[in-house]
Amino acid sequence: MCLGIPGKIVEILDEDLLLAKADVSGVRRNINIGLVHHEDEQVAVGDWVLIHVGFAMSKLDEAEANATLAALKELGDAYEQELEELHASQIE
Amino acid sequence: MKYVSEFRDAELARAVSAEIASVTDPERHYKVMEVCGGHTHTIYRHGIKDLLPDQIELVHGPGCPVCVLPMGRVDEGISIAERPEVIFTCFGDMMRVPGSKGNLLEVKAEGADIRMVYSPLDALRIARENPDREVVFYAIGFETTAPSTALTLQRAKKEGLENFSVFCNHVTIVPPVRALLDSPDLRLDGFVGPGHVSTVIGCRPYEFMSEDYGKPCVVAGFEPLDLLQSVLMLMRQIGAGRCEVENQYSRIVPWEGNLAALKSMAEVFELRPYFEWRGLGFIAQSALKLSPAYADFDAELRFSVPGVRVADPKACQCGEVLKGVLKPHECKVFGTACTPERPLGALMVSSEGACAAYYNFGRKSFEKVEIGSKV
Repeated sequence: MCLGIPGKIVEILDEDLLLAKADVSGVRRNINIGLVHHEDEQVAVGDWVLIHVGFAMSKLDEAEANATLAALKELGDAYEQELEELHASQIE
Repeated sequence: MKYVSEFRDAELARAVSAEIASVTDPERHYKVMEVCGGHTHTIYRHGIKDLLPDQIELVHGPGCPVCVLPMGRVDEGISIAERPEVIFTCFGDMMRVPGSKGNLLEVKAEGADIRMVYSPLDALRIARENPDREVVFYAIGFETTAPSTALTLQRAKKEGLENFSVFCNHVTIVPPVRALLDSPDLRLDGFVGPGHVSTVIGCRPYEFMSEDYGKPCVVAGFEPLDLLQSVLMLMRQIGAGRCEVENQYSRIVPWEGNLAALKSMAEVFELRPYFEWRGLGFIAQSALKLSPAYADFDAELRFSVPGVRVADPKACQCGEVLKGVLKPHECKVFGTACTPERPLGALMVSSEGACAAYYNFGRKSFEKVEIGSKV
């Protein structure tokens, strides 16, 4: 729950509900982008975001995303569990 | 330094490690607290302690939301989950946290409808799919997850979803740190500030540490090198007699935080006058409840949650560990009566809990230290 996982936005699904599809370690899941997509800041397809419990919390560049993913993989079980829970997620 | 090879930039890690040693006064003992449980995990996973001079002691802070929840709140969650009309949803981390009469996993095995969710928005979907049931989301976490609950509630209100409610256990990071600073038990020299909480609240809320208590704080990222660099920044401040809030993780953490998140939280939540923390007792204005505008979604009101207080089992010393007064392995039941497989206390359950981190990664090094052979 406390891990932030980088994902890449692959589709903006709904501008009103602020839903987007993100690719996280090869799996595509819906996320909410309300905290990074508003009048002062926007995300677009191709952007990387740090995802906490289904919400994009901040934007990050690709190098940072890759470094974060590498660090997460080294965490082992904690990251595996988080990914497993994300795989089961069906946000609408 | 066997761990150095695992670092993204081993050369840089060695250089930072050497630099820390060079600014450390050999005559002095330094106590530095890492507030966040995620940092504790990284510190043990990567053997950061072995890259620091003996004079620097890392003290683990209260920043694991599962660990700081008092047993009474676990029991109250379970009492809601046991109601026949309820579908109870929670993060996986909560399932094995012991209440006084068992945990959520055991209650589920006895027939309660308890579902693990990744996101509060999954709980909202379950509510939409089950209009005849009461769907309750067990909200826990610091400011990292509180905005997610806030946005979920805003959407529930917009949709007019009447069968959805939240059992709110969100806590805030500043009050427990202030309580630790006020406590005579512990004298700290500085803080490694939490990373992800700070993406939401920014760095300004930590200014009281330097202004009111004269303690430096460095907000840190989660890679091992981030932690080393943050310790170096702290040691340089201490060496120069400075105390400021610095941001080592500025590539992710904006100084002002995430204003959209803070705005949603301000609409949906208000501060509780006080809240009980495991080990720290009652702390004023340290937790969030739903604001009057969202009272219809408050599970505590909907299900008349009594607000019981339950003492931890006598053998447990979670409180002393949470306060940083005891190291995990100094607890009477560590690794014997209390293990990750059969945890007595919450600190052994969560992967961010100091005891679980110590048990999984730290045991070897402290055992060696204790039998006298230098690591």
